[in-house]
Amino acid sequence: MTGLILIFISAVLVNNFVLSRFLGICPFFGVSKQLETAIGMSMAVTFVMTVAGIVTWIIQYTVLNPFGLIYLQTIVFILVIAALVQLVEMVIEKTSPGLYASLGIFLPLITTNCAILGAALLNIQLQYTFIQMLVFTIGSSIGFGLALILFAGIRERVDLSDVPKYFRGLPVAFITAGILALAFMGFSGLVK
Amino acid sequence: MSLIKIFKEGLWKNNAVFKQVLGMCPALAVTTSAINGIAMGLASTAVLICSNIVVSIVKDYIPSKVRIPAYIVIIASFVTVIDLVMNAYLHDIHKVLGLFIPLIVVNCMILGRAESFASKNSVVKSIFDGIGIGLGFTFALFILGSVREILGNGSILGFTVTGEWFKPAIVMILPPGAFIALGFIMFAINYIEDRRKIKNAPKEHCSVG
Repeated sequence: MTGLILIFISAVLVNNFVLSRFLGICPFFGVSKQLETAIGMSMAVTFVMTVAGIVTWIIQYTVLNPFGLIYLQTIVFILVIAALVQLVEMVIEKTSPGLYASLGIFLPLITTNCAILGAALLNIQLQYTFIQMLVFTIGSSIGFGLALILFAGIRERVDLSDVPKYFRGLPVAFITAGILALAFMGFSGLVK
Repeated sequence: MSLIKIFKEGLWKNNAVFKQVLGMCPALAVTTSAINGIAMGLASTAVLICSNIVVSIVKDYIPSKVRIPAYIVIIASFVTVIDLVMNAYLHDIHKVLGLFIPLIVVNCMILGRAESFASKNSVVKSIFDGIGIGLGFTFALFILGSVREILGNGSILGFTVTGEWFKPAIVMILPPGAFIALGFIMFAINYIEDRRKIKNAPKEHCSVG
């Protein structure tokens, strides 16, 4: 049990996906201009990441490993994720049009979010069991959401302040992210 | 558009990292030293050139509805090839870059070029576009890696360049340093380009007058 808690805390805070592992940087800068869209994006990512983690883990241990097809890992995983994103899009469109309208634009973007493929590959690389994999994936997606929402909140404030001319836009966003990453480094003593 | 112009545009005007802000994940993650940046850049360039060639060959046979999954499969195949080749012949670098080699698949730069250039242009043009954009990406990673290596380790490409007085700021090699270094590099580019514009402006005015 302590092992699972450690995996969870490490995934959320210490090895935060965005700020320490550099996965999912594109949406991190792309959709963090407003708090609302940031929340929508992190919800979509949480869902796809968890389902993709489960499916790819099962495929790895029931198909790829027994048949010696490990070299197909990258291709199979990205296809699973692409198909899954399409499926999720269709299901959400049918069952809850409200959620679909608010997530709509972000769903197709998730295919090329390296956090999803990164999490799927890390699960295998770190040789997690099924339960550990589940905890790690959920923790990672919460960490992603946490960083994204915190950053969106800061960015809304930065937009209102008087930034020097040449720092406006992306440069100041990167430096802000750097300071946020610095703050997250404070957690590094939590898990050894 | 001439081939040289396509190449030049990819190298600087459409630079993937500094101008289009694509492929940020590997750009930030592996640039703890200049040599890692070059290795990652060249691996991505190889995948980009190959995928550009194949996409521009098969562009007329792929129905537009399934083109994105088709492109992803093409890219993923070449990434697998590069992954296996690097593991066999450049094992040390492969170990350092680790997870980010398979993640070349989801580098938006490569899919972006397939979608916006290779699917509309001839094979030869696509090759030049791939070389230009790829080397531009490598160049950006090299700059970012050098800045971080000099500030964080006092060396470049493994050679010590700073004197005894210099105390390396280890934070530049750690994750926060990547964001901060890129922020300041982008500031420098904004500043230089703006200065150039101001310098050129009066000259144009004179020639008109």
